[in-house]
Amino acid sequence: MALINYAAREINVKLVYYGPGLSGKTTNIKYIYEKLSPDLKGQLVSVETEQERTLFFDFLPIDLGNVRGFKTRFHLYTVPGQVFYNASRKLILKGVDGLIFVADSQIERMDENIESFENMIENLESYSMKLEDIPYVIQYNKRDLPNVASIEELQKNLNKDGVPYFEAVATKGVGVFETLKEVAKMVIRHLSSRAPT
Amino acid sequence: MKDIKYIEESFRKVENILKKLKETSNANAVLLIDKAGQLITSIGDISSLDLVSFATLSAADFGATSQLAELIGEKSFSSLYHQGEKNSLYISLVANRVILAILFDSKTTLGLVKVRTKHASSELEKILDDLFEKLKVSPQKEVFDKSFLKEAEEELDKLFGP
Repeated sequence: MALINYAAREINVKLVYYGPGLSGKTTNIKYIYEKLSPDLKGQLVSVETEQERTLFFDFLPIDLGNVRGFKTRFHLYTVPGQVFYNASRKLILKGVDGLIFVADSQIERMDENIESFENMIENLESYSMKLEDIPYVIQYNKRDLPNVASIEELQKNLNKDGVPYFEAVATKGVGVFETLKEVAKMVIRHLSSRAPT
Repeated sequence: MKDIKYIEESFRKVENILKKLKETSNANAVLLIDKAGQLITSIGDISSLDLVSFATLSAADFGATSQLAELIGEKSFSSLYHQGEKNSLYISLVANRVILAILFDSKTTLGLVKVRTKHASSELEKILDDLFEKLKVSPQKEVFDKSFLKEAEEELDKLFGP
């Protein structure tokens, strides 16, 4: 649930990048951090292992500026993708407002993508949350590699709900901001739609 | 608008309790953070602190130790203490949904901080329970209306390109 701080007139929205290990979640967030001008972003916090694998999470706050008198901020998190870090993954999902599922497009990673997607649903269920109630998008990353599965194949396996999807090469920034912008808009729309007009 | 007024008033009360806690415990700063890692409010000398990161890591810290607690058959650890060379940190759960973080140094003692925090917690609990009850009724409709949506979308286009 987005936190609205009426006293400080702030709205904080939590977005989480989910997906299997090495699919490029941290690369997404690092690219955003590099490209955004300093006045719009906070510190990039990474809790990672010595091998630069995400141990707990990466975190980046982005300021959207003032919207109708409320300072609006997006908090971007990644989860650790490796299977054995599930307890940490579950913690990061607490209070999530929007999700970006980052899939690895390589053919041999299909099973890991599916497993991670199912794991996301399970972890949401542990907080009594349903995926269909949460705005989310899918990013098919690593489209520049030679051994990628077709979009049709990926869609068939991962996008049964028919949510917006993006092809990306996160290392070069392709599709990174498009993905973020779409999910951010979906979350704002979702918040508005729950408010009776 | 009545709701927002009430909420703002409750926040004022919360801030007063935090101020009192900071003074009576002789701490350097007191922060109130929600369990998802978002800062609600803070009191004290925090000019050198990256507040957003601090809030996120505190919540993650608390979340991780709660899982540890479960592993050894405890429901949760209601408080955490991190001792540093100069500065220390005491973290305590309030009303089962917000985290109170107290930063202190050798001007005071852990014992005093603990006692004062306990006292402040019970005061906070009452206000927060009422507040969250009120929030359930959701004054959100007054914030997230159509014009908010339109403006937010425009800002997003500006930020990330149309």
